[in-house]
Amino acid sequence: MLLISCPNCGSRDETEFHYGGQAHVAYPENPNELNDREWAEFLFYRDNTKGAFAERWLHSTGCRQWFNMLRDTVTYDIQAVYPMGAARPDKSAPAPESGTASTAPDSTTTGTAAPSIAATSTATSTAPASATAPEGATK
Amino acid sequence: MAKTAALTGVNGLRDIRRSPASHLAEALDAGSVRGQVVLNEGPFQTMAGVRVDPRSEGGSRIAAVTGGLPVRCGEVTGTDSISVLWLGPSEFLVVAPEAAHDSLGGTLIGSLVEALGDAPGQVVDLSANRTTFELSGPQARAVLEKGCALDLHPRSFTPGTALNTEVGNIPVVLEKTGEESFRLFPRASFADFLGRWLLDAMREYGSPEVP
Repeated sequence: MLLISCPNCGSRDETEFHYGGQAHVAYPENPNELNDREWAEFLFYRDNTKGAFAERWLHSTGCRQWFNMLRDTVTYDIQAVYPMGAARPDKSAPAPESGTASTAPDSTTTGTAAPSIAATSTATSTAPASATAPEGATK
Repeated sequence: MAKTAALTGVNGLRDIRRSPASHLAEALDAGSVRGQVVLNEGPFQTMAGVRVDPRSEGGSRIAAVTGGLPVRCGEVTGTDSISVLWLGPSEFLVVAPEAAHDSLGGTLIGSLVEALGDAPGQVVDLSANRTTFELSGPQARAVLEKGCALDLHPRSFTPGTALNTEVGNIPVVLEKTGEESFRLFPRASFADFLGRWLLDAMREYGSPEVP
């Protein structure tokens, strides 16, 4: 049983929560321009990370609020709990590398769509790096 | 047609209203162990679900009616007759005696709706949504601890707080009203299960303690 620290209610049992899948999957900017494969990838294809994984959770029998959580899929170690719309905490370093397009969304956390598009684009591009990173990051 | 005559008017409805665990009343009485732990279903309450941003203008108007809005998890505010339970950062449950309901001559729901006005949010009459179990006695905490993972020790769960949690796998609002007394608010459809679950959890205290 995981003990999850809800940002509103504090530490509670895992049974009080619902899992919301991978976080930072942005709705496509122009869904009509996607072909079937891209649309299917948006709908159904998710990372299967070994190591630190950003996911959404809902405290369904508590405050009924969504939040993001960074969890290690191997050790189940909860590394961070952060609000919806915020950038992934351990991805703050690679964001500036990808140029001006991603630094702007990072500075404005109000728009939910724009930052997460940048987050996923950097996440997919740095996916191989993140697969190896957790070992160094956790130690 | 003769039967429907009793249903005309709100007060006719009041006479035939049955609480969700009324069929358990005898069992609750028989299962209570005086001096150890006592369980009974509380009287009808007027409840209103309020969703409003507490920092907004509408929130402060609502707070003026209810005697404050709780700001953090567990907090209960209100006056001596109204208590406001924290359900979420912008979601509250207002609990008051039954007579406060507009249909019985009270003004609670109407004044809440009026206080909210056109502000973003909602006030919903939830009087029939939940029922109330009152559990009290020196063993009340031990009974709850059989099915509740929260830390119910008095040092962290103090009288006058209420938490949204699970008891016996049932989502309830658990309010601590005194040193040894609790109020549980399960949804009406869970009342039968939770009542029987609590009775089962109380059974051992009716027998002499095994050293």
